[in-house]
Amino acid sequence: MTISNDLLLSALRDPACTVRFSLRDWNAVLRRARIARIVARLAHLIEEQGIIEKIPERVRDHFVAAHAEAAQHARIVRWEVNRIEHALTGIDTDVILLKGAAYVITGLPPARGRLISDVDIMVPKDRIDQVERALIDRGWGTMKLDNYDQRYYRTWMHELPPLRHEQRQSVLDLHHTILPPTGRLHPDPALLREDAIPVGVGRLKVLSPTDMLLHSAAHMFQDGELSGSIRDLADMADLMKVGGEQPGFWDGLVDRAERLDLARPLFYALRFAQRFLGADVPDAVTRQAARFGPAWPVRTLMDALVSRSVLPGDGEKRYDGSAGARTALYIRSHWLRMPPRLLTRHLWQKSLTSWAAMSGKEPPEQAA
Amino acid sequence: MSDLEIADRLRRDGLRLYIGPFVTRIRVTLPGLAEHIRFLYTDTPLDDSDGLIDFDIKLGPPPGIRRWLGLGATVYVDDVMQFMPFDPAIAVPMFEWGINWCVFNRPHQYLILHAAVLERGGHAVIMPGPPGSGKSTLCAALSLRGWRLLSDEVAMIRPSDRMILPLPRPVGLKEESIEVIRRFEPSAFVSRPWPGTKKGTIAHMRMPPESVARAGEMASPAWIVCPKYTSGATSRFEPIHRSQAMLYAADDAFNYSLLARVGFETLADVVESCGCFEFTYDDLDAAVKAFDELVPTMSTPMEGVGA
Repeated sequence: MTISNDLLLSALRDPACTVRFSLRDWNAVLRRARIARIVARLAHLIEEQGIIEKIPERVRDHFVAAHAEAAQHARIVRWEVNRIEHALTGIDTDVILLKGAAYVITGLPPARGRLISDVDIMVPKDRIDQVERALIDRGWGTMKLDNYDQRYYRTWMHELPPLRHEQRQSVLDLHHTILPPTGRLHPDPALLREDAIPVGVGRLKVLSPTDMLLHSAAHMFQDGELSGSIRDLADMADLMKVGGEQPGFWDGLVDRAERLDLARPLFYALRFAQRFLGADVPDAVTRQAARFGPAWPVRTLMDALVSRSVLPGDGEKRYDGSAGARTALYIRSHWLRMPPRLLTRHLWQKSLTSWAAMSGKEPPEQAA
Repeated sequence: MSDLEIADRLRRDGLRLYIGPFVTRIRVTLPGLAEHIRFLYTDTPLDDSDGLIDFDIKLGPPPGIRRWLGLGATVYVDDVMQFMPFDPAIAVPMFEWGINWCVFNRPHQYLILHAAVLERGGHAVIMPGPPGSGKSTLCAALSLRGWRLLSDEVAMIRPSDRMILPLPRPVGLKEESIEVIRRFEPSAFVSRPWPGTKKGTIAHMRMPPESVARAGEMASPAWIVCPKYTSGATSRFEPIHRSQAMLYAADDAFNYSLLARVGFETLADVVESCGCFEFTYDDLDAAVKAFDELVPTMSTPMEGVGA
């Protein structure tokens, strides 16, 4: 099966086509939608078409279950955001909600049926220690990590080690910017804060619609592991759609991306959202973004890698090249995060740690 | 089907079993397990329609280098590894826990309580019970004495009408309970014991054929009974307040809080329509006798209890 006639993609692109699915088709679609955590989203898309009665009842049962789970996630996220705001009352800083939490609080389309494993927030770097202390005072704790991992986060990453609330077990990622400072691209968090939009009455904010899209692109094409990330791509297609309904969104997009050093990720986001999900991007924008695309050999390679790995694998196939594509993309994501010397040191330390875990020994300490 | 045919299907496309309302596809790529699965599910109907699969379970070697080294086994759900690799010697109980995992985590269209459920004369008894309460042992005993087994692990309640759906699966017995049930009913089909699981030695009792044959018949909740095995005690029902029964049932439920309002309203309605008791017992024969007396007395007005 090639990517162009993949059933899960077809369902996302054109939900009405699901009325023609056989139960056998549904087995393939539901299995992979579950792995990609988009069952409830798919259900929403189908319901919006007003064709849910035409879907077999046994399939609808799965949708009911998925909706219940997603509703629980949204409820939890709203409460967590409430508690975070409460914990940070005494601190003079804006708090920007990122990703899932931002979608849920603003009710943007990517929130529909979303499963959310952690809440991400961003504060200015010079406030981050104070914010972390305030959260710890209110019951969050730093998750158990070895010294190396602690240092890895605090020295090189764009976020602190994840915090977990001791009673509620919820996980919170505290960011000071949106990409690792060690990476190739350096979006300026001050620019993001400048355009951020207040939500509600407190000091909570979310990124502007344009910056939300750029952040999602940065996350998927620069920072994440890419494989199985169809949900992220669907988020971006949604953001392009709602953003495009606002005047000026498309006109300013590529310039904004360039200013934030995120033109390359935007190029990929536009390209693959169009290609796989039929996103409606004005030709002028596509042309404008093309200037920031890679040279053709890299472009061809990325096309091949992404189309092989953006969907979750189908376990029934033994080998279709997707395992190789996934490995290649994993290596790429690390390559983009760190300069070569740092990467070598990181992988060396990681291999020592896993060697030590296998042999039951403490990992050797390495001087910072 | 012979063990050979079963083993062949398990290895290839898998066996599709009707486990209650769920079609469960089972694939096993480890050798020597077909006879055990056949032993437990011998009466369970097969689905040969190539229709929808609700749970997709595979028991096989772990991925990566361990596969080539022949180290351990694991359970996959939807081809995703669900458990840390384990010793293949405990593959059968792990396989059963794999199905549990699906039942506990997936079908949120139902309210799923952690409780045994049995039925007699159309009335169901829900037995929530923490480990050690003797829930499974009592459940096995009742199922061997005329009570229809709906499940020894989950009370699966449909929110629309508060009916309980059967999920006929083997009854898990731990440690001493294995011998207790063998003595209680020598003709019961109890599997060989599997030592070394994280819950100690486990064996499974095959569900009675009637339980499987009537898997499509729902039951309406009539009693909530919290069993309390107490050495030397005589069998005795002690009425408890409905609010307390509600807490017992909610406490250990799998998706009571996930379902939020639907969970609360469904459970509150169920508790409202049930007689609620704590049940202390020791001797199983006496316990069964006490339960049999439940039917005529308790199916008549229960308003007095816990109101």
